Amino acid sequence: MINVENLHKSFGKNEVLKGISTTIKEKEVVAVIGPSGSGKSTFLRCMNLLEEPTSGVVSINGQVITDKKTNIMRVRENVGMVFQHFHLFPHMTVLENLTYAPMTVKGVSRETAVAKGKELLQKVGLAQKANEFPSRLSGGQKQRVAIARALAMEPKVMLFDEPTSALDPEMVKEVLDVMKSLTETGMTMVIVTHEMGFAREVADRVLFLDGGVLVEDAPPAEFFSAPKSKRAKDFLEKIL
Amino acid sequence: MNLDFSQIVPSMPYILKGIGVTIQIVLASAILGFVLGVILSLCKISRNKPLQWFADAYTSVFRGTPLVLQLLLIYFGLPQLLGFDIAPFPAAVAAFGLNSAAYISEIIRAGILAVDKGQREAALALGIPYRRMMGQIILPQALKNILPALMNEFITLTKESAIVTVIGALDIMRRAYIVGGEKFAYLEPLIFAGLIYYVMVMGLTLLGKAVERRMRKGD
Repeated sequence: MINVENLHKSFGKNEVLKGISTTIKEKEVVAVIGPSGSGKSTFLRCMNLLEEPTSGVVSINGQVITDKKTNIMRVRENVGMVFQHFHLFPHMTVLENLTYAPMTVKGVSRETAVAKGKELLQKVGLAQKANEFPSRLSGGQKQRVAIARALAMEPKVMLFDEPTSALDPEMVKEVLDVMKSLTETGMTMVIVTHEMGFAREVADRVLFLDGGVLVEDAPPAEFFSAPKSKRAKDFLEKIL
Repeated sequence: MNLDFSQIVPSMPYILKGIGVTIQIVLASAILGFVLGVILSLCKISRNKPLQWFADAYTSVFRGTPLVLQLLLIYFGLPQLLGFDIAPFPAAVAAFGLNSAAYISEIIRAGILAVDKGQREAALALGIPYRRMMGQIILPQALKNILPALMNEFITLTKESAIVTVIGALDIMRRAYIVGGEKFAYLEPLIFAGLIYYVMVMGLTLLGKAVERRMRKGD
């Protein structure tokens, strides 16, 4: 599904990713964890080219997205992304946030987009908020709308960039619940997160990044109970 | 003290007719200035160096020289190159439109830069093409924030339009001046003209506030 080969990314002289290689299979749920500044978010953002890799190859469904000839906008239609700070469109209602991209990018009819949008709002438990503006929603509600907005494009992969890090503690669960139900639909997901309990429970694999290097790649049971590297051990000790 | 408004009463309809001329010039210039301003602001924030350079040079020249000079250059100077005369109306619209584009482009640029960059990323992540992203996601949000500054620019434009009097366009100002010459009394027609400008600017101010209220409905 997603293949990453020797991915490097530098911002000026600062090398953030130092050659990461991994493969994410279809329907796999992968948690990416690591200390802040380890390159987790940059790694994620290279998978839909919000960051352009300095070198290396990323391919999704066999399509090499790091190839200059690839139409990246087309690729992004199939890769949903959820941000730490939601980034809902504030001048559109909740429902318009969900229907805008399918209608303008994929040419879906208004009726179809609205029906799909309402169905997704139902799924994330926000059907009654369809005609509200985002400013009226709580953080947890905004993030659930953001997830629904990404799903409205019917992506093949969902990328989550610390989706609960900007939330008040009491709102974390409602967002994790939505993500958890999404894993049950067989969606391929890559989740950058600090929620270790969640990672342990829903992830098929944990990628541990530190200093721009992929230090460990293991099933959560193995990673959390018996990390191989000292760096992972130190990290887990600090946060658990 | 010798202030006698009764002597210009018969000339008031003549001066009032200038409102139409002024409004036409201001409206056409505002539209031209806004459209050009948007294009220039997009050039300024683009990654294309020549476009950036052009837009910066444009702003520098039009902001760096007097408006009345630009107007005279277009009306009296340009025909020398073109070989045909330009009527006062298109000359005025060209000068005011080109000039205010320089200012508007800076206002819009600031507005675009003030929109959270996450909005752009969210749009990109959804595969929304550049034109749509700018036109329907970024600019509407930018406009909401820069509305007071834009209103300022349009108010300035309305008042500055009075300098078309130097190329003989029959706007409010020119008519008041002519009436003053006929009656050998300038004070009354000029005060009357001032009053008209003031009412027009008040109207614009109220319009701006109404638009702003509408745009803030999502907050």
